[in-house]
Amino acid sequence: MRRLIPMWIAIIAGFAMLFSAFFPVTEFFGETFGEIFSVVAAIAYVLGAGSLAKINLAKISRRDQGWGYSAITLFCFAATLFVGLGKIGVPPNAQFAALPWSGEKNAEGSAFAWIYEYGLVPITSTMFALLAFYVASAAFRAFRAKNLEAILLLSTAFIVLLGRTFAGVVLTGWFPDWASGLRLENLSVYIMQVFNTAGNRAIIIGIALGVTATSLRILLGVDRSWMGSGGNS
Amino acid sequence: MSGFIATLERLDRRWIFLAMAIAVAGPIVYIGITGKTLPETSTPAAQAVYDAIEALPKGSRVLISYDFDPGSSGELLPMATSLVHQCAARDLKMVFIALWPLGPQMVTDTIKRVITADFPQMKEGVDYVNLGFQSGNEAVMKVMLTDFKKAFPKSEKGTATGQIPMLEGVTRVKDFPLLVTISAGYPGAKEWIQYVVSSSGGEITMVTGCTGVQTPQLFPYFPAQLRGMLGAIKGAAEYESLVNASLAPGDNSPVPPKYLEAQRRMGPQLGAHLLMVALIILGNIAFFAQRREKAQVKS
Amino acid sequence: MSPSKSWIVIIAVIVALVGIRLSIGQGMGKVYVEQVDTVVEVEAVAKTKDHDGSPAQTVKWTQFNGVEPNKYYAAQATNPAQTVVTLSWPRTFGLWLGAFFTLAIFSFMYRDNPGYRLAEAVIIGVSAAYWMVIGFWDVVVPKLFGGIAHGFVIANVLPTLPAPPTEQVIAMWFALGLGGILLMRLSSKGAWISMWSLAFIIGVTAGLKIVSHVESDLIAQSVATFKPLISPQAGATGVIELGPTVWASLANILIVVGVLCCLTYFFFSVEHKGVVGRAARVGIWYLMITFGAAFGFTVMGRVALLAARVEFLFDDWLWLIDPAGKRVVEVAAAAGSFLFQ
Repeated sequence: MRRLIPMWIAIIAGFAMLFSAFFPVTEFFGETFGEIFSVVAAIAYVLGAGSLAKINLAKISRRDQGWGYSAITLFCFAATLFVGLGKIGVPPNAQFAALPWSGEKNAEGSAFAWIYEYGLVPITSTMFALLAFYVASAAFRAFRAKNLEAILLLSTAFIVLLGRTFAGVVLTGWFPDWASGLRLENLSVYIMQVFNTAGNRAIIIGIALGVTATSLRILLGVDRSWMGSGGNS
Repeated sequence: MSGFIATLERLDRRWIFLAMAIAVAGPIVYIGITGKTLPETSTPAAQAVYDAIEALPKGSRVLISYDFDPGSSGELLPMATSLVHQCAARDLKMVFIALWPLGPQMVTDTIKRVITADFPQMKEGVDYVNLGFQSGNEAVMKVMLTDFKKAFPKSEKGTATGQIPMLEGVTRVKDFPLLVTISAGYPGAKEWIQYVVSSSGGEITMVTGCTGVQTPQLFPYFPAQLRGMLGAIKGAAEYESLVNASLAPGDNSPVPPKYLEAQRRMGPQLGAHLLMVALIILGNIAFFAQRREKAQVKS
Repeated sequence: MSPSKSWIVIIAVIVALVGIRLSIGQGMGKVYVEQVDTVVEVEAVAKTKDHDGSPAQTVKWTQFNGVEPNKYYAAQATNPAQTVVTLSWPRTFGLWLGAFFTLAIFSFMYRDNPGYRLAEAVIIGVSAAYWMVIGFWDVVVPKLFGGIAHGFVIANVLPTLPAPPTEQVIAMWFALGLGGILLMRLSSKGAWISMWSLAFIIGVTAGLKIVSHVESDLIAQSVATFKPLISPQAGATGVIELGPTVWASLANILIVVGVLCCLTYFFFSVEHKGVVGRAARVGIWYLMITFGAAFGFTVMGRVALLAARVEFLFDDWLWLIDPAGKRVVEVAAAAGSFLFQ
């Protein structure tokens, strides 16, 4: 029973979405299920936050190594939640000034906007930026022209790296018009539109076949692995 | 020579980090002080984005989806700025939405930087509106296909979508003649193509500005399913120069620096790319020298 | 040098450099705001079925909008005693905090350290809560509460939200139920029931994906592949030109061959021998070129992000450069003129 009910929920929800694409009469189900999905997805953020709190509280109570960082995580979590849900420092909406919660949650000057501007933005963007350094180091250590395949990969990378900057113009801009196709900037466009398109298109078609097959297996109740161990029994 | 090869083999990665920092910081300082940028020639994908917007009649509604967060803003925010700049200058009505939770904040920033600063005559709710974020990824797209106002029930300012003047007559996403997505991943341009453009049977025209990581993956969709594409910061720079050239005032006054952000960023890009090429060549020199040494020892 | 000593040296160098920069010209890392006072007369609202009613009142508040330093200098030049455009201490502190976080993340390149771990701990807590808050105000309030507690929502948050039709109210109760069940996952005893919500999510996703992937990725992409192998290209005069025709035809041929060869490589039910093996090998070459292009674009993306962070440090924090003309930077401008002109 614990597996049968979820399986049927998945089958009914899936077929409702599937039919809504083909039969206008069933469009309503697709739309309503989409709305419910949207709300459940928002509630799922609470689940994520709950898991985070659970794990970090356990770390603190056990005094695990680095528990102080868990305390910082929880403090930042609680503080952001408090100022965000409480709309601390948010001026009222001029149009509906009498309503206590009508202000824009991330209005300029609010505590929530401050956290975004000076906490979220610098940390997340720097974390992604850090990868530039590691890509450079990895390229120096691992990019080896060992065989034909590696040479193809390397040469393409060179053409794209040079062709997508002013270096391409400086190096090959003097090529005569009849050989303009060989200019690095044009070559990089040709590679993207032809070779890259062909390679990625094959990957896209492959993925589409895989996704369709897996989705059908779920909707027909054949694949139950998403329910955890023993789902396929 | 062997000393040089030995140094390369033993090179601490932190020297490479330092070299990268200098390759990026050097041009930033130079461009930041002199204000000089490199010239740009547009590629067909960037030109197509520009043309798609130019082709719209005055007053047309454009749906702009901010599907990214601050982690990708270095690449995507300059595109967003130029897209909004062109749309505002062409008197198009902009409807902003976000499928990433941090998107609405960036919409607010763009509105402040471009519309409020340079197009003060544009009115919120009449010429532009920020409808905020909705969770559910492709499920939201599915709802938008049949009932746009149900998918986005209110604006960031708290007005019900049904009472926003510029959305009068909009029932489904097909009612927007152009869809623009600024995309950093999932959900993003790919999902818009899969769930909205394809489902509309080609009735919806879509253009995108996307990250470098996404660009190669989106090329197969261009131009049949994706009318135009700004790939990475280079695409942003090409498009920026196209927009700036077409909107340049007749009196030769300089372009405001905020509309040159992507072109300024092509300087550090050049430095870093040259360094990458040099590093790969040096790495291979060390590799082949080592391989030859090993072969000599064996023989 | 021991790790702790190297950190002391690095931090001392940074502090010294920042100290020097602070003492030159107009200093660095300051954020200015403009004070805007707003007064709104609110009309009385009659008590209705949906609204509790409220008397007429005057609502006042002060908002501080960020402005460029130039505006502060101009205001000071006009009237040194003015208090409309002022230095914002909270935002200035925030800017320095942002710079600290940026440097703390970058410090990981030297080696792992408490500064990096602090930034990491902060971002985990902040982003989890941030997503929750956005989800609450943008989705839960207008959709869920707007459906099941419409009167409360219009009286406190969204006064113009239209009353939901009955089917939407039912749908939202259903969503609340599924959401509640999903949260049971946090309890060890009730975790099994959360599978019901998961089943709904998986079912909806599977149903959506079948149609979209077949329509957009299987059919449309196959159609886009099979183009005419000979593609005549007419010039401006309408006459077919040889050069463009050759390039366009070659591109079409290469795409068809490439897609078929790559798909052959992905087809593992047949042994890659003979013709199939050769086609698969060509497919590998195509894929290598594809990955090379992906590498080039990935580098491009990451460098752009790095450039943005360096610009933040040099422009917003250190005031070494001023590409947007936000302030007068005499020292850097003078140094720049000397070095680059």
